[in-house]
Amino acid sequence: MRKVFSKPNSMKDTVTHYCPGCGHGIVHRIICEVIDELGIREKVIGIAPVGCAVLAYDYWDFDVTEAAHGRVPAVATGIKRVNPENIVFGYQGDGDLAAIGTAETVHAANRGENITIIFVNNAVYGMTGGQMAPTTILNQKTSTTPLGRDRKTHGFPLKVCELLSVLPGVSYAERVSVHSPAHVLKAKKAIKKSFQNQIDGFDFSVVEVLSPCPTYLGMTPEKAVKWIDETMSKVYPLGRFKDRGKE
Amino acid sequence: MPKIEINRERCKGCGLCVLYCPKSCIKQGASVNGKGVFPVMFADKSKACTGCSFCAIICPDTCIEVYK
Repeated sequence: MRKVFSKPNSMKDTVTHYCPGCGHGIVHRIICEVIDELGIREKVIGIAPVGCAVLAYDYWDFDVTEAAHGRVPAVATGIKRVNPENIVFGYQGDGDLAAIGTAETVHAANRGENITIIFVNNAVYGMTGGQMAPTTILNQKTSTTPLGRDRKTHGFPLKVCELLSVLPGVSYAERVSVHSPAHVLKAKKAIKKSFQNQIDGFDFSVVEVLSPCPTYLGMTPEKAVKWIDETMSKVYPLGRFKDRGKE
Repeated sequence: MPKIEINRERCKGCGLCVLYCPKSCIKQGASVNGKGVFPVMFADKSKACTGCSFCAIICPDTCIEVYK
């Protein structure tokens, strides 16, 4: 009998602090699988965000640093420019990338930095207690929008992949999801491509991952993945928005 | 015969593997682990497991190992 699936080598053998059913654990694992498959564990430098994934360095067994809230693309730019032989990726949530770090993200993308950003979108602020995020969808209830997000008061959800894909410095933008095994495999392919793009010297690559947050969506893990499938992925359509290759 | 091994102490009982197992080989356990949650258990009485790894792919806590 042969083992066909086990923990990737780049992942530490520890219990994560994430809630039951949280998508972060899946995204952490597929990043580790991609790093193992590409054989870049000694060269990769990850940058953890502020948010639920702030302790990502406790779970990844390769070099990881931490950036101030939202400043992951700026720190990644610095590391990549000083160490161009390293593979640098940023891992950010929606509060980090789409709220406080919008300027850093847009400008790093527009400069066409040779980095990879993994953007985990769960439509809510997780670490701080389930407040409305820029990516909260219309009519979604959160602790700061108890009657649902209203377009007149709170504006529209921010579509990061669509926004970044129009910038000339972005070479790759894709939105994937981790709400079912099939989508996890597609997400892994997209993340692998974004790392390969960086190895091949392409410009900015971003992969947006729709991820369940059962605790602050106020749902069971089962209902949360169903909600992503039926509601969230209609607002944030999955697919490849840009793949322009090397320039 | 394909089988899976579940790390009982690491499982948080989210039940996503139960939801996605195409052969319904996994069920919510009846006894608590050290965390105080009910971890899932492999209950493949009819030997239906094909080793497809869906459970391990969706597991957010990497507590499932698949043998084939």
